[in-house]
Amino acid sequence: MTQYRDRIPLPPPDAQRTNMTCHFCIVGCGYQVYKWPENREGGRAPEENALGLDFRKQLPALSIIMTPPMHNVVTDRDGSRHHIMILPDKECVVNQGLSSTRGGQMASVMFTGEGPSRQRLYYPMLFTGDDWVETNWDQALQVYAGVTKRILDANGPDQIAFDAFDHGGAGGGFENTWGSGKLMFSAIQTPLVRIHNRPAYNSECHATRDMGIGELNNSYEDSELADTLFYIGANGYETQTNYFLAHALPNMTGKNLEKKKQWFPGESVAPAKVIFVDPRRSLTISVAEHLAGKDNVLHLAIQPGTDTALFNGLMTYVVEQDWHHERFIRDHTSGFEEALKANRMSLADCSRITGVDEADIVKAAEWAYKPKASRHYPRTMHGYEKGIIWGNDNYRIQSALVDLVLTTENVGRRGSGVVRMGGHQEGYARPPYPGGRPARYVDQEIIQGRAKMLTVWATNPFQSTLNAEQFREAVHRRSAIVRDVISKARGASATDLVDLIFDAVENRGGLFVVDIDLYHTKLSDAAHLLLPATHPGEMNLTAMNGERRMRLSERFMDPPGEAKPDCLIAAEIANTLKALYAQEGNTEMAARFGGFDWTTEEDAFNDGFRKPEGIDSQGGPTGDLATYERLRAMGTNGVQLPIKEFTGGKLVGTEMLYTDYRFDTQDGRAHFLPAPWNGLPGTVETQRKKHRFWVNNGRTNHIWQTAYHDRYLAFRRDRFPMSPLEMNPDDAASLGIVSGDIVELHNDYGAAFAMAYLEPDIAPGQSFMMFGYDNGVVGDVVTDWTDRNLVPYYKGTWADIRKVGTMKDYKRTVSFKRRRFLNA
Amino acid sequence: MTNLSRRRFLKASGAAATAGAALIGSGLANAQERAAPGATTLPYPREAIAKASGLQDNVPVAFNYPDAESFCQIIKTGRPVPGGIGPDGDIVAFSTQCTHNGCPLSYDKEARTFKCGCHFSIFDPEMAGQMVDGQSTENLPRILLEHDTADDSLYAVAVEGLIYGRQCNLL
Repeated sequence: MTQYRDRIPLPPPDAQRTNMTCHFCIVGCGYQVYKWPENREGGRAPEENALGLDFRKQLPALSIIMTPPMHNVVTDRDGSRHHIMILPDKECVVNQGLSSTRGGQMASVMFTGEGPSRQRLYYPMLFTGDDWVETNWDQALQVYAGVTKRILDANGPDQIAFDAFDHGGAGGGFENTWGSGKLMFSAIQTPLVRIHNRPAYNSECHATRDMGIGELNNSYEDSELADTLFYIGANGYETQTNYFLAHALPNMTGKNLEKKKQWFPGESVAPAKVIFVDPRRSLTISVAEHLAGKDNVLHLAIQPGTDTALFNGLMTYVVEQDWHHERFIRDHTSGFEEALKANRMSLADCSRITGVDEADIVKAAEWAYKPKASRHYPRTMHGYEKGIIWGNDNYRIQSALVDLVLTTENVGRRGSGVVRMGGHQEGYARPPYPGGRPARYVDQEIIQGRAKMLTVWATNPFQSTLNAEQFREAVHRRSAIVRDVISKARGASATDLVDLIFDAVENRGGLFVVDIDLYHTKLSDAAHLLLPATHPGEMNLTAMNGERRMRLSERFMDPPGEAKPDCLIAAEIANTLKALYAQEGNTEMAARFGGFDWTTEEDAFNDGFRKPEGIDSQGGPTGDLATYERLRAMGTNGVQLPIKEFTGGKLVGTEMLYTDYRFDTQDGRAHFLPAPWNGLPGTVETQRKKHRFWVNNGRTNHIWQTAYHDRYLAFRRDRFPMSPLEMNPDDAASLGIVSGDIVELHNDYGAAFAMAYLEPDIAPGQSFMMFGYDNGVVGDVVTDWTDRNLVPYYKGTWADIRKVGTMKDYKRTVSFKRRRFLNA
Repeated sequence: MTNLSRRRFLKASGAAATAGAALIGSGLANAQERAAPGATTLPYPREAIAKASGLQDNVPVAFNYPDAESFCQIIKTGRPVPGGIGPDGDIVAFSTQCTHNGCPLSYDKEARTFKCGCHFSIFDPEMAGQMVDGQSTENLPRILLEHDTADDSLYAVAVEGLIYGRQCNLL
């Protein structure tokens, strides 16, 4: 590439072509990977390139998305070098040829042996007490398995902690959740496990599941068909981009009217009305107003944490208007009267608590639930995400929302649904969790000195947990005890090292920390052992998206060095432990670590997803119908789980759940759950009373998750060198803060640092900070409060803000123009 | 390459660039490039676009470069900006085909950004074309400019970044 980056090689017609689902968000856009030898390139005539396009002339808009970051050159282990180009797939029904700014850079993050990818972990690494050194798998496994065995033998499994992914996409997938899950739950049998974004082994959707409704119950197409799109704490343009652009957008602009008429003959149809529940005027709201017109968008800017009151007010009003679906409630649900009694709230109270005008509450009820001119009930798609999931009492809010949805039968009907919009893709197949509910609050146990070993598996809690400052402090302090011992171990064999580490954790309060990841991370600063893993493209990986669409991402290149798929790392750990137990003649324990005789990720897939009996799998009982071969043939469109049958060479899936009114409960009825409004939790209320600013937080469009790739990419890092903090300009002026200043947020829990980004759409007394970043961690000021199932309230904290100082270079290099498409 | 040395380089290679420009459209641009094995840049044309004194603050002017099929805008921002040239260091120019999917960008005078109505990307001409928000993976391609103080002419001399819908900036 020249200094101008003004050319890009084209794939020749015979370039190898494989399927890839985007590594990143829930939407799981389909991509095609082209790979061809370094010394060849396609021509500009349409028959001379694999894209079939005529590059001898300017292509018109919307022809293809093909940018320089979509190309790279990789070196396989045999030394051969190849071009790769990863382009969004026009044939994929999910994204229809669109790429987001995150998925569009996949080729840039694949391993090349140069540039940012040199940061990848090539080999296992051991911390010698003051430095990292490379080691081989045999040594690393001897140390890992040896310490595990000593702790297991002395204390049983519940001193062996894990922090593990439970999702699909990169750092996850059905192969890897199974491999890691079988190791943790069947072999070691520890309940001391937390999940990548929360401090315990729980669900983000316990309430809706308890009510009989899985959280992914419709298709993206239902957002094309809905009369009303009702978004609660969801920012689709930034966080489920191509779901929003390919499916919700045409409904907002009225492009789908003919389709709606065909689907629902005799029903009134119109462009979608759009309701947002969000204290912040998000980017999505500004885009929706542009698309649908301000008259068709209703923004309910509730007071933070008052969602439950809003849903209860709406439920009460709907019943008073006689818009509830009596026959559905009678025939297919239970507990309606009890829930209505508990949730009952007058319009006046609802308005007072939420801060939303009564007229707007009524308008929302009319848009979403009042019978249409044709006397049909409206079809309302309810999409919720972290505003509820990380909201004020996850279980209670979700119950109140699903109560409202059941009252109005907005589930199981096309064009409706009550669906989490999603963060990561999904890809869960594990043995049952060997603990209760609520599970164990792992962060607190580690802070309080319990747990002797912590394996952090493709996660980074230092950037993504609550009460993060205290958690980091405890892990560093306890890790240092082990580091001190290792630093003095000169000439020690693996066995000697195991003895020393065991003594440090057993007798001195130490914590042995192992990190399995693609890169060094903030967490690995506290680790003793690093194991190198792979991501899609370097391994075959299956996952499903937010409409349960399962695809196979095919391996097309080699991983760096000796990096391995997570499922095979799990297998090597188990096999090493099995051998250790066998050596001492402990056949019972050796058997417990058996069943990992896998040589490929497909072996792990066949052992887990395809043997669904007795395990928790998102594939359900028909998972055995999916094979790599069949999935490969289904391409980027895959199959929507659960699979109904394999016929005519195709897998046939399920577009919408509960169309037969058989809900996921023992009696088949959906269960209402009482969810009375009860204010803010005391812990949170204490911070609210003491501090000036509400610290809302979440993702931005530019950055994926903990920025594990993004922090090495100039396009991302130059945009956000530090976590941006959106602030109201008048608030900022009162503190002498301007855009580009470094600021400190502080409260009773900790202090977080951010880059001020003034934004008039932020209400006075509020702020919004990017979540999960490496430079400025908002979790440092998030309280340790959780709901009954140990689900955090990340969105619920207050802090004071002070100006640290001016960063001239941020002002010189970072744009602080407004990110919203239309201004309020 | 510093600004000075870049100018010097472009001046020295002006003759070759002009020859390259004459070949555009004949399908021989690549042949021209291959004929000059020492060159690492494409033979971009040098084209006069406007007079610096004729530009009004915050009012973009459209032009085409490096050929008629490529739409660009030049803007005098009224304050010094990264990459800005001219007497006040405030003149910049960009391709206005969105780097995401090629839709035409429009300039929002109040927000002082280029915006795309297809997928809502926003670019900042006062920060080297940085994507403020949106779905591309690239900032806006910059049209590299020179200012001739003798007659106040502004010349487009090269493009940094790939123009949408092309394998190569020169067709």
